[in-house]
Amino acid sequence: MAPDSKPPAIEVRDLRVRRGGNLVLGGISLDVPRGVVTGLLGPSGSGKTTLMRSVVGVQIVEAGALTVLGEPAGAPALRRRVGYVTQAPSVYADLTVRENLSYFARVADVPQRRIGEVVANVGLGPQEGQVVGTLSGGERGRASLAAALLADPEVLVLDEPTVGLDPVLRRELWGTFHSLADAGKALLVSTHVMDEAERCDELVLMRAGEIVASGAPDRLRAETGTGDIESAFLALAEGEGTSR
Amino acid sequence: MSARITLATALRVGSQLIRDRRTLALVVVVPPGLIALLDYIFDQQPQAFERVGPPLVGMFPLIMMFLITSIAMLRERTTGTLERLMSMPLSKLDLLAGYGLAFALVAAVQATITAGVAFGLLDMPAEGPIWALVALAVANAVLGMALGLFLSAFATSEFQAVQFMPAFILPQLLLAGLFVPRDQMPDVLETISDFLPFTYAYDALAKVAVDDFDGRLWLDVGVVCGCIVLALVLGAMTLRRRTA
Repeated sequence: MAPDSKPPAIEVRDLRVRRGGNLVLGGISLDVPRGVVTGLLGPSGSGKTTLMRSVVGVQIVEAGALTVLGEPAGAPALRRRVGYVTQAPSVYADLTVRENLSYFARVADVPQRRIGEVVANVGLGPQEGQVVGTLSGGERGRASLAAALLADPEVLVLDEPTVGLDPVLRRELWGTFHSLADAGKALLVSTHVMDEAERCDELVLMRAGEIVASGAPDRLRAETGTGDIESAFLALAEGEGTSR
Repeated sequence: MSARITLATALRVGSQLIRDRRTLALVVVVPPGLIALLDYIFDQQPQAFERVGPPLVGMFPLIMMFLITSIAMLRERTTGTLERLMSMPLSKLDLLAGYGLAFALVAAVQATITAGVAFGLLDMPAEGPIWALVALAVANAVLGMALGLFLSAFATSEFQAVQFMPAFILPQLLLAGLFVPRDQMPDVLETISDFLPFTYAYDALAKVAVDDFDGRLWLDVGVVCGCIVLALVLGAMTLRRRTA
């Protein structure tokens, strides 16, 4: 049920990751297609961030294969084609939004005029000249997201990008994600908010380092005979493994 | 390595420093202030002051740049900006050289002001050329930066990083010959001091201060430059693209 005939943007096979002696990912496999928003849903500690770090190539992996855009995850050629937004905003708190983006634009080798575009994308226009340290948590997160959008990456990995945002803004950002997907990008977005899961084209439900189920939200609901994703998640977590 | 990214990094580090007015003020006010204090303390012992005063002008940048760099680098690591940069097309040398460039410039300003106060206002006696003292001060600043960059990898908090000053800097300063000439120290200590970079940094300054441009001076300068390269290489090795 690939929405695109092209090969998946991200292919994960039997990925196993250990952090501090604990098995965080116990050999998971998953495909992330292009042109859709894939949601990574699961409680805190289920391994979402570790999976995302592995995809971007900053995580030491114990075993398994991970291919992104046809290259092994973390390959130097991917550093221009994959954008990553960490859970904690990774921007310089002592610089303005514009100074931050100007620096990251130079590092990514994109023209400075891209700054205006990404600032508009995340709705930070009025705060462009403000020092990041004086922004609210949500605004900092959007500054961090803007930095990842600069290079117009083909794959975007976003770790809980909408935490602490007001509902209007959250809807707008999800609109941005979908228009990026419509433009053919692959988006992998983690969340632990169930109502956000409904906004994803594809869902991957994670629990304790394993993938419980995956598929479109409608299908997950239909298969579990539940009315919403939260109930579907509960039904699946209680043992009736299904889907794929 | 790319000149564009190195310069952008230097510019970014510079902007961060300029935004932090208090740090900037401390950087240019503290060393001349301490020199003035020393001048006053040694009021009754002008000969002792003649021995330690001029070399000290060139030692301050080493200590300050060590501290500033280790904190700055620790912040890059803990706020996630380093992880972002490592997932972007930036080489580790770009980052190190960018820091080096920005801090060398700050050190040049600091050393020039300190030398101006010491030799201009306070009439501190120096037989050797003052430009050579300032040049050595800049080299020492780069050494301090390189050591700070490297050692910051072993600190997981600001508390630890600050303790590196009494742990690594103070013993070297004591053994460098500043307080007691090295040939008057117990043999064990003299031998230990042969292996410490500060010994050579201080010795070069002491030689220039008395206008003694002999072979030993060039050995000193060579060792300082060698230590800079070694610390930068070791520092680059501590910047990991993948972490656990």
